[in-house]
Amino acid sequence: MQTVAVIDYGMGNLHSVAKALEHVGAGKVLVTSDAAVIREADRVVFPGVGAIRDCMAEIRRLGFDSLVREVSVDRPFLGICVGMQALLDHSEENHGVDCIGLFPGQVKLFDKSTQEHGEHLKVPHMGWNEVSQAMAHPLWHDIPDQARFYFVHSYYIDAGKPGQVVGRGHYGVDFAAALADGSRFAVQFHPEKSHTHGLQLLQNFIAWDGRW
Amino acid sequence: MALAKRIIPCLDVDNGRVVKGVKFENIRDAGDPVEIARRYNEQGADEITFLDITASVDGRDTTLHTVERMASQVFIPLTVGGGVRSVQDIRNLLNAGADKVSINTAAVFNPEFVGEAAERFGSQCIVVAIDAKKVSGAGEAPRWEIFTHGGRKPTGLDAVEWAKKMEALGAGEILLTSMDQDGMKSGFDLGVTRAISDALGIPVIASGGVGNLQHLADGITEGHASAVLAASIFHFGEYTVPEAKAYMAARGIVVR
Repeated sequence: MQTVAVIDYGMGNLHSVAKALEHVGAGKVLVTSDAAVIREADRVVFPGVGAIRDCMAEIRRLGFDSLVREVSVDRPFLGICVGMQALLDHSEENHGVDCIGLFPGQVKLFDKSTQEHGEHLKVPHMGWNEVSQAMAHPLWHDIPDQARFYFVHSYYIDAGKPGQVVGRGHYGVDFAAALADGSRFAVQFHPEKSHTHGLQLLQNFIAWDGRW
Repeated sequence: MALAKRIIPCLDVDNGRVVKGVKFENIRDAGDPVEIARRYNEQGADEITFLDITASVDGRDTTLHTVERMASQVFIPLTVGGGVRSVQDIRNLLNAGADKVSINTAAVFNPEFVGEAAERFGSQCIVVAIDAKKVSGAGEAPRWEIFTHGGRKPTGLDAVEWAKKMEALGAGEILLTSMDQDGMKSGFDLGVTRAISDALGIPVIASGGVGNLQHLADGITEGHASAVLAASIFHFGEYTVPEAKAYMAARGIVVR
């Protein structure tokens, strides 16, 4: 049976991610902060909620910045929400925080003063929004283009390499809803909370050989 | 492309059973919360809100257990509120599988708790529930006040100013219930919904008084809410979530 490690660095609720993975038949799902267990897993999920400063502080304290670099190279790796943002170079949240730097780009605050469809943007960007599949990827298998996923975030990713943006979202500005590079895949939305399409994405992740 | 307006069925849960009162009284039994949540999930509800109205201490464990069961089977966002008074209460609910926690009375008595909660868990999971009632008379400038204890106790707090304060303290969303309207099936109080939605930069969920699909649509188009919440019109089978969505879409509202 394959194992999926959900990296636990003490930030928020991992129950939902673990339950959704189990639901799609992920095999043995281990919510863990044990580096040895994470290194042995067939697949790794890197979730996250909350403020980036606290997340990065815990990630560094536990040595997970280098661990994430290491385990995301040779097996399927999925970053979710703040777990995705932590993979970028830098976030402007909390007066500026340096992140892990696996994907070039910046994490920026949505501008509340932007008007769209005659309304001011509400921040956080909370709810179901469309994702355009900018590039083909095995994780989009059986998911229609422009499918809606559940988002909840106040900061968005301005990707440094357009060739890594496999999913694009729009909320006042265009932002990276999904990034991919080799065996690494990362999403701004919550697949574990995105009903049918979200569960399909997790199922695709479980079936993925990590090649792209 | 635009963010969809959300439809949120609400479960008022007492000792593990869904109930619904009229003006917070006359409670009717509507069934098992997990079964009902699953049904709404299958119908395409955008979120589920679970309001625990259990008074007893034993009931709290029942609630955590119910939330846990629900979160293992329903893969859409789940907000849980009712009796949330401490950081530990929030942690317990999040660990049980809640995505967001709604703070009501505790915010009135200790506003700093909202700040502490947002700092600890992030604004994205802190909802502040506001129960507002119109206090201005006919011919006066409209004014709404915050009430506690199911709408029985006035606090003297202006609802719009209070909502702004909650946003400043770190609330990520406001769940606004108009108490005059709750359970009356005459529609949201669109005045207070619009006043608060327009004054804030965070999403507002309109709640209280939905009796038909026109009321839901009005909450968005007239009340400027980001989401609409309803209980009895869904529980007792008067309307389904897809019917509500079709109705709203026909009125130009973006739905999922």
